[in-house]
Amino acid sequence: MKEHLDLLREMLRIRRFEERCAELYSSAQIRGFLHLYVGEEAVAAGVMSELDPQDAVVSTYRDHGHALARGVPMDAVMAEMFGKETGCSRGRGGSMHLFDATHRFFGGNAIVGGGLPVAAGLALAHVMRGEPRVVACFFGEGAAAEGEFHEVLNLAALWRLPVLFCCENNQYAMGTAFAKEHAAGDLALRASSYGLAAWSVDGMDVLAVKESARRATESIRAGGGPCLLELRTYRFRAHSMYDPERYRDKAEVAQWRDLDPIDRLVELIRPEFTDDELGALESEVSVEIDHAVATAETADFEPVTDLTRFVTSEVSP
Amino acid sequence: MKTTYREALREAIRDAMNRDDRVFLMGEDVGSYGGCYAVSLGLLEDFGPERIRDTPLSESAFVGAGIGAALNGMRPIVEIMTVNFSLLALDQILNNAATLLHMSGGQFPVPLVIRMTTGAGRQLAAQHSHSLEGWYAHIPGLRVLAPATLEDARGMLWPALCDPDPVLIFEHNALYNLSGELADDAGPVDITRAAVRRPGKDVTLITYGGSLAKALAAADDLAADGIDAEVIDLRTLRPLDADTFLESVRRTHRAVVVDEGWRSGSLSAEIAARIAEEALYDLDAPVRRVCSAEVPIPYAQHLEEAALPQPASIAAAASEVVRGG
Ligand SMILES: Cc1ncc(C[n+]2csc(CCOP(=O)(O)OP(=O)(O)O)c2C)c(N)n1
Ligand SMILES: [Mg+2]
Repeated sequence: MKEHLDLLREMLRIRRFEERCAELYSSAQIRGFLHLYVGEEAVAAGVMSELDPQDAVVSTYRDHGHALARGVPMDAVMAEMFGKETGCSRGRGGSMHLFDATHRFFGGNAIVGGGLPVAAGLALAHVMRGEPRVVACFFGEGAAAEGEFHEVLNLAALWRLPVLFCCENNQYAMGTAFAKEHAAGDLALRASSYGLAAWSVDGMDVLAVKESARRATESIRAGGGPCLLELRTYRFRAHSMYDPERYRDKAEVAQWRDLDPIDRLVELIRPEFTDDELGALESEVSVEIDHAVATAETADFEPVTDLTRFVTSEVSP
Repeated sequence: MKTTYREALREAIRDAMNRDDRVFLMGEDVGSYGGCYAVSLGLLEDFGPERIRDTPLSESAFVGAGIGAALNGMRPIVEIMTVNFSLLALDQILNNAATLLHMSGGQFPVPLVIRMTTGAGRQLAAQHSHSLEGWYAHIPGLRVLAPATLEDARGMLWPALCDPDPVLIFEHNALYNLSGELADDAGPVDITRAAVRRPGKDVTLITYGGSLAKALAAADDLAADGIDAEVIDLRTLRPLDADTFLESVRRTHRAVVVDEGWRSGSLSAEIAARIAEEALYDLDAPVRRVCSAEVPIPYAQHLEEAALPQPASIAAAASEVVRGG
């Protein structure tokens, strides 16, 4: 039950955080692109729950859920969205580029497929230094059409790099449906053709995600080489805040909304888990979000005189 | 007629598709999504999925496929969502598109047009804010265009398609909503010459694309201050029409180059060098450059604004060269 509650809390944190972000976007306190993860929370919550602090994570522009579930403090994530100095990337990255060295969170990458080669390199260093770590690398099914995906899967399998590839198949790459992106339907089958273990998971079921992540990380840590999980999920909202969603119909969205991973888990743990307890959890989460917004609002912007800092390192060679 | 830059680009595509059935458009989300900047919105309905082709996320593959189709009798317009993602196709653009004609001893021209969005200003952070058109202007074999007006948005595509060689068209993201009057019979324009957008006699501001409006705003501010600035829109970044800006500099004796690209090793450096090579003794002051700060463009609004050329920094540089620093 404790495990279930932890997963539920994590998913709720992400969901409510992003709902607040959408409001803050409407009031122009958050700017730029904002890609919401609403509907996909089970993936981040389930996978991260199986990682150790010394493992590493590589993310995409749809990175709020990954960062929060990984433990990047919500205050720092929200401050980043506000462009403040206290943000996890000092306001230089914004929504799409959350970074946190402390949590070995190697960033949201906004070039589709751009994180995959980096994940391979992180894992290579783990191997060469004899550290039994896993690199969890998140990317969408759209990224699986890019050259990087194919190059990196081959390389990782060839060198038996300890990477957990987490392909978040939310059925769309912007407006391009899976079937218009890929000639062959089965991503796990394709991945296994490169010589690594790969299978599909119900990404709307957080327990199934967790169980698959457990099996995969165990195998990777035991020296079994990389694994790929195809996590079948769905984004309930637009690709980003600008998307008029001309490419899919409301009935399809409604069908997937019936599989809401949060509702499903709540149903599963009833009746032991009461409405009162759910209410308490909700208010715990909203206190955390209120705090994150309040501190982000009052935090300072980095002085403009610091503009060209961090282009190169500040230690002399 | 009242129109926007976006609509003018769309009309140009529609016109080209109607003129020549070898023309087709391909790229990510150009069809059912309507284009990531809505340029191709509605074209799928008019021309069908054979000629408005959605591609998988695979810049290298579909740009390379555009090259192949161009080699083999078609006239493709390839849309890359933004210049940032064109880096995944840089190999195809440089090593194939720009090179095949020469390497084949003149046998294989590549009549391909590649359109892409460029520039910063919308708080999209570094990976979505690059201005790399100057890099492409470095490459022999390419023609590089930067439409900054409604006329050019409407008129550059057809001559680009008629060019037997590869042409890159850079659309600055800040321009899509630019609106104004366009002649009903607006059509193809010259793609070889720069244009004087504002005549003046005291200083020449040389710019293009998304920075043109900023330079014109700076010129207005300068006018209020008694300085009469001439503003030149390069329009074609390669091959450069140096004659137009050299003629201007010889009259005004002063030059400020405004470029959203970074300063070092850049298009602005090239222009300054041309002026130094051809018109040094006509100058009354050193050439000045207003470029983006040498930093990946940051997300935070105040930092992004500080990183980019602005009317105030352009005006300050111009009055410095006119009045002395
Ligand atoms: C190389 C590259 N091409 C295009 C884009 C524009 N773009 C951003 S997200 C996206 C869709 C990616 O889809 P997917 O990999 O399935 O991830 P999802 O957004 O569904 O999570 C596109 C085309 C980009 N950021 N990078
Ligand atoms: Mg997707």
